[in-house]
Amino acid sequence: MQPLTDVERRAVLRIVDEHKARPGPLIEILHGVQATLGFVPPAAVPVIALGLNLSRAEVHGVVTFYHFFRDHPVGRHVVRLCQAESCQAMGASALTAHAKHRLGIDFHQTSADGAFTLEPVYCLGNCACSPALMIDGDLMGRVTPQDFDAMVSAGQARK
Amino acid sequence: MSIDIYVPRDASALSLGAEGVARAIEAEARERRADVRVIRNGSRGLYWLEPMVEVALPGGRRAYGPVKTQDVAGLFAADFLQGGAHPLAQGLTEEIPYLKSQQRLTSARVGVIEPTNVADYVAHGGYQGLPRALSMTQAEIVQSVLDSGLRGRGGAAFPTGIKWKTVLDQNAARKYVTCNADEGDSGTFSDRMLMEGDPFALIEGMTIAGIAVGATQGYIYLRVEYPHAYAALNEALNAARQARYLGRDVMGSGRQFELEVRLGAGAYICGEETSMLESLEGKRGEIRVRPPLPAIKGLFGQPTVVNNVVTLSSIPIILARGAAYYRDFGTGKSRGTLPLQLAGNVRRGGLVERAFGLSLRELLYDYGGGSASGRPIRAVQVGGPLGAYIPASQFDVAIDYEALTAIGALLGHGGVVVFDDTVDMARMARYAMEFCAIESCGKCTPCRIGSTRGVEVIDRIIEGVERERNLVLLEDLCETMLQGSLCGLGGMTPFPVQSILKHFREDFHAGTRH
Repeated sequence: MQPLTDVERRAVLRIVDEHKARPGPLIEILHGVQATLGFVPPAAVPVIALGLNLSRAEVHGVVTFYHFFRDHPVGRHVVRLCQAESCQAMGASALTAHAKHRLGIDFHQTSADGAFTLEPVYCLGNCACSPALMIDGDLMGRVTPQDFDAMVSAGQARK
Repeated sequence: MSIDIYVPRDASALSLGAEGVARAIEAEARERRADVRVIRNGSRGLYWLEPMVEVALPGGRRAYGPVKTQDVAGLFAADFLQGGAHPLAQGLTEEIPYLKSQQRLTSARVGVIEPTNVADYVAHGGYQGLPRALSMTQAEIVQSVLDSGLRGRGGAAFPTGIKWKTVLDQNAARKYVTCNADEGDSGTFSDRMLMEGDPFALIEGMTIAGIAVGATQGYIYLRVEYPHAYAALNEALNAARQARYLGRDVMGSGRQFELEVRLGAGAYICGEETSMLESLEGKRGEIRVRPPLPAIKGLFGQPTVVNNVVTLSSIPIILARGAAYYRDFGTGKSRGTLPLQLAGNVRRGGLVERAFGLSLRELLYDYGGGSASGRPIRAVQVGGPLGAYIPASQFDVAIDYEALTAIGALLGHGGVVVFDDTVDMARMARYAMEFCAIESCGKCTPCRIGSTRGVEVIDRIIEGVERERNLVLLEDLCETMLQGSLCGLGGMTPFPVQSILKHFREDFHAGTRH
């Protein structure tokens, strides 16, 4: 397990302090840590556990239960491709195949240039405009393979 | 005088370029020294026309859509600020047949008002239900909700008033009102549209619920996939606090109610109410065994109201206009209106709020205009990933709780996903099991193991390995999951699979081997 840097440790402690007086704060804290550090480092788990008076197993159990939380760094942009029924009805499978081929990766992997991580997602609530994807916080609808390529080119240009 | 132009801030409209359109309109207006004010509204739910721009004129708002950034200069050139003719012109918004024929009660303000502007909400009939509630006894409020016939719009369709009465009847130091905004069903977006387009309706509904049952704290459990709704809700909550619709002294009544948004973390199971409560407590979203019901022992062990966004957003109008007004819409035991969501392979996808009783065929063809691909519609999944697939021979079914149940389907949260005749239904059956395997909380065996075995069995059927024997095994497995699972995820995943076995069985025989 890679130890936290001083900066990371201070950030985690600050986030724990910010939330620990609220009822049921663990998920809020994990959101805070992931938003700040990009992921929830395994070495942050004992720090959070100590701060909340929980066992490491309890914190680890929550981190691993939820698809949104990750314990490893990701690319500069996270692309979440919808795989649910509505998007399937509008060609999500073909779009997914195109995306994996274009980036040279499978789901849960990061492209060689470190620009993109590809994740599946099950519904973005954009079902009248399928197929949909979300890049970081931005939603895209009626996505064609050409739209995907344009998004990739724009994302590679942004450092 | 300045002219108001509406450009939605709704997530779907943004996903089609509404932000760029709004900026282009502002830039073009500056260039032409035109006096316009761009207002960011929610979406009217006519998604094939998004981004849909509306110009407010003396005769009413006129719609143009779908507008791309590069269309903006042309719109100005065609004098759209005075309602000028243009290929994208749709006429008066309210006269568009898709919208005109609807009965919008719960979503009446969505797309009309500026979502986080409390004065605009009040100007359009908002905050009329809460003062009525504050002048009534708690039992009277609950009775109004009972009399309205409102049933939970999240999927389970449980009478809302009975839930509230149970919480009201509990003796407890603390009670909670929680809103299930974990709208995870594919094909559904009415919660999202309400939260982005009319968040005060939800806030007012939850405040009324709090006053009615004696809760002082509420939580909105919102899925993390909805960042735009998160922003809109928090803006609205701040505005409501400042205007004293929330806080220690709600509208000067001396009553207290506080409200907070909590984010989920990408777990479909957290739409199940007990799993949602676990998640709100900061734990793994494993479901709880019932009883006790959440109304008796819910969040942090206290009596808790758990209602969906549409349900709670329907409360203000019931209090403002009276239970009878709401009840007079609908049919049989399905009272009021339901915001249906038309999605997937359909020409005119969007939000259709109507009284119960519309037929599926009317929805698909009169509203939807048939498939987007132009091919015949072969199957429709109603009610999300746990809902049955309905074949074309049953499209005349009425869309209400009882009629759908009678044909072995369910209404759920009102999502309708359309598939054309290129769909491979054996693949959709496999997907139903796969989705359950990915999203199972793992607490009970039929769901956790059964779903994985289901994927394997369907794979063998598709490959043609001992097909007849494996079909029997699949039917048996469905029965086990249905009877033996603790909650709806494992217990309802068989519904789509069984409906495919029943209506689209030929797709299991498409493979070549053996």
